[in-house]
Amino acid sequence: MYAYGHTPKFGSFPVMKGEIESFMKSTHRDFITGARDTLPILLGVVPFAMICSVAAVSVGLTPFEAMGMSFIVFAGASQLAVLQLMGDGAVWLVMVLTAWTINLRFTMYSATLAPYLQKEPLFRKAPFAYALSDQAFGVTMSRFANRLPANPAWYFYGSAAAIWAAWQVSSIIGALLGTLVPASWGLDFAFPLSFMALMFTALKDRPTVLAAAVAGLVAVLAKGLPYNLGLVLAALLGIGVGLFAETVSGKQMQGAVE
Amino acid sequence: MNTISPWLLFILLAIGTFALRLSFIYLFGKVDMPDWLRRALRFVPASVLAALVLPALTYPNGTFDLSLGNVRLLAGIGGALVAWKTRSVLWTIAVGMALFWLLQAF
Repeated sequence: MYAYGHTPKFGSFPVMKGEIESFMKSTHRDFITGARDTLPILLGVVPFAMICSVAAVSVGLTPFEAMGMSFIVFAGASQLAVLQLMGDGAVWLVMVLTAWTINLRFTMYSATLAPYLQKEPLFRKAPFAYALSDQAFGVTMSRFANRLPANPAWYFYGSAAAIWAAWQVSSIIGALLGTLVPASWGLDFAFPLSFMALMFTALKDRPTVLAAAVAGLVAVLAKGLPYNLGLVLAALLGIGVGLFAETVSGKQMQGAVE
Repeated sequence: MNTISPWLLFILLAIGTFALRLSFIYLFGKVDMPDWLRRALRFVPASVLAALVLPALTYPNGTFDLSLGNVRLLAGIGGALVAWKTRSVLWTIAVGMALFWLLQAF
């Protein structure tokens, strides 16, 4: 803190106080900047949260349960997956395993954000870990890549809080609207459609495309397995094939260099 | 054992999801993510989502159907094109549902 030979003067209280004040302000300023940079992303968050609630009501949950799910789970893609499985009559264990598998990606975000939150107390780390979302991670990391804020943790907090708040308000609206949508509209078809869009954003190179192709094919062939276990088997085989393809192509590239 | 209360289900989902989110934020400096796990995680979204999409399109009423009479498959192919071009959940749902309703009308 006192670099360049700056010696702290003990007893000079106004200087200390001024420093603390400017520190407080800069954390709050970064929080606000993080929230503000997130505003354009909310255009996508609001309807997605509404869809999750409408979908929950369409498979027979009450509006209150739909809001509760969005509030305590707060992970849209996994919620939609659970709701589709609920509509199929799957057992709860398969729903839980599927949701956890979809949310495994959060460990990557967690590992990437960890160094910036290192000095933060657990009472702030824990609630903002709960509020960690794909969008907050995306906004935060794209900012960090360009210019690191003075208080990176607070920038992330601002972004996460903005998305969380928009998500909760929209999910309440969606739950109330959901009761107005008749079942004859076949809104359950919105599930595979939303997964399709999310899947295409995950197809980044040849190994990921191969992983998706294998997983999709195995899921169709293994549809008859009890308890929707075909889904778990398909995902595992897809991941395995992707890893294998990446290893093989990596070795080929190494060979080309040598 | 096949069914549990929705609230118990939500709590199970939430506990696991929170643990995954907090994992390395909490463990930083104590445990490093193993390399094989980091590499495997990259393939999770594509695999799981494909495994959710394809059976939903090819088993419209619980039985396998690859015919032209399968409205969900046809509308799904349309949706896939939109998803590929736009990467947007909203546009994919909008065009896919519109195709679905249109094809059902015939």
